[in-house]
Amino acid sequence: MSLVVRGLTVEIDGRRVVDGVSFAVPDGARVGLIGESGSGKSLTALAILGLLPDGATASGSVVWNGRELIGLPDRELARLRGDEIGIVFQEPRTALNPIRTVGRQIAESIRIHERASRRDAAARAVAEASRVALPDPERIVARYPHQLSGGQRQRVAIAMALACRPRLLIADEPTTALDVTIQAEILELLLSLVADDGMSLVFITHDLAVLSQIATHGVVLEDGRVVEDAPVSQLLTAPSSPVTQGLLRDATATLWRPGGVA
Amino acid sequence: MSDALVPPAPAEAPPSRWAWLGRLWQLSTGRFGLIVVMVVALTAIIARVWTPFDPQQVEIANRWAPPGWPHVLGTDATGRDILSLLMAGARTTVFVAVGAGVVATLVGITLAALGALTARWVRESVAVFVDILIAFPVLIIAMMISAVWGGSLWVVIWSVGIGFGVNIARVTRPELRRVLHSDFVLAGRASGLTPAQNLVRHLLPNVAPVFIVQLSWSMAVAVLAEAGLSYLGFGAPVTEPSWGLLLAELQQFITVHPLSVVWPGLAITLTVLGLNLLGDGLREATDPTLSRERGAGRVARTHVPEVVA
Repeated sequence: MSLVVRGLTVEIDGRRVVDGVSFAVPDGARVGLIGESGSGKSLTALAILGLLPDGATASGSVVWNGRELIGLPDRELARLRGDEIGIVFQEPRTALNPIRTVGRQIAESIRIHERASRRDAAARAVAEASRVALPDPERIVARYPHQLSGGQRQRVAIAMALACRPRLLIADEPTTALDVTIQAEILELLLSLVADDGMSLVFITHDLAVLSQIATHGVVLEDGRVVEDAPVSQLLTAPSSPVTQGLLRDATATLWRPGGVA
Repeated sequence: MSDALVPPAPAEAPPSRWAWLGRLWQLSTGRFGLIVVMVVALTAIIARVWTPFDPQQVEIANRWAPPGWPHVLGTDATGRDILSLLMAGARTTVFVAVGAGVVATLVGITLAALGALTARWVRESVAVFVDILIAFPVLIIAMMISAVWGGSLWVVIWSVGIGFGVNIARVTRPELRRVLHSDFVLAGRASGLTPAQNLVRHLLPNVAPVFIVQLSWSMAVAVLAEAGLSYLGFGAPVTEPSWGLLLAELQQFITVHPLSVVWPGLAITLTVLGLNLLGDGLREATDPTLSRERGAGRVARTHVPEVVA
């Protein structure tokens, strides 16, 4: 179950926002996509899932598990989304539907992909909620998103993404909107869940310090192009591109700040 | 667990499918609206099979009977029983309100969906089209149509339905756009929902509050429009029982028999008020972010739908 991205290009109104990006995520690997905002990290992730916004078109090749995803009809892609490939978004405040209970949202992909009954899916949702260490899972599934804290909402989003045990998780800056202490908890949770399920992880971030904690391999993007593709240890010790060096300087600043992620 | 800092919730029953009905009942305005609308609807149903007297039965010997027994609300200039006329008129009112509501819903949802979910040039043409249609005064057009081709309830239903459907579209479209671009809609797609499933599960429920208020408002205006047009002689034909017709007839004698005019006026006012309050209550009862934390002080809502008639 490996993901191979080759020459992925995303165009919006004739502008290439992702330009020939290539990288590979072997089975069980943890790969980070890192770059400044606007470097095309998120669009790369959305292109893999076929969820680009209107007016954006993807070309190139994304091969998942031996299957070409670019050009696959949406119906086929919908079958993969949430079932084989899950995604967690950056902003936990808006990633949950405000008028549905947390439990129903966790149960949604179970209902879709496993055609589970409402009752079974609800029971599974409780189990999933406790798996992401939400407090008092039986009661929290009956709550609405606005009754949860930011960290709890991100846990719900993770539970939603992982409910069907996907083989690949794409995490698009899942900790950026959170407090530093909660950031560390969420990273720890992601690491343990990824290890438990033996799934692959694509972690998107602009923070090399965060990347160093969660990924083993880093792909550095700038203006939609890959500028460096190396093990994280090498990015940290011997960055070859100026972009990585800049990211490293920023990350070092974070590391040195009292209470920073370290 | 450091992120568990939410206030401890009181013991919650699992949310039932009908929980919103209980929340509606707890709002005094919602309760009032629900009761009024139910009473009018029930009256309309009962009036189909039974009224105390035949509403069109003329009884000259018994004209202008004061309220009492057997004519509970008295009789009119030709001795017809006013209560029976009101009950029969409720049929017309409900028919027009429901008809206009259905037309407004179909027109509104269709235009809003076309204006929010389609290709860019379609979206923008629909938006312009809606803005143009909104400029037309609904009631004047209904009067013109009635004046030329003769009045009927269908003219009222179609003109109010289309007129307010356009209004619903204009309010719902930006809301739909806003929801469309929220992360949870993307997350729904990422969970494997098809666009159609996503529309039903995530998009429409989130625009429902705005829609419900607009719809109840259109139905209320339909009631008013029917009464108003009938009053002016452009609506229900004189053979149909209608609150507007009754009001027009009775108000000629307002100086002699002032009490009798009150009844149809009260019926119209209460129904319109009830529909508005019910819509507002529904909006609040179905929106978990508004109604769940009542103890903690309710979020003020001052949404007043605009009048375009």
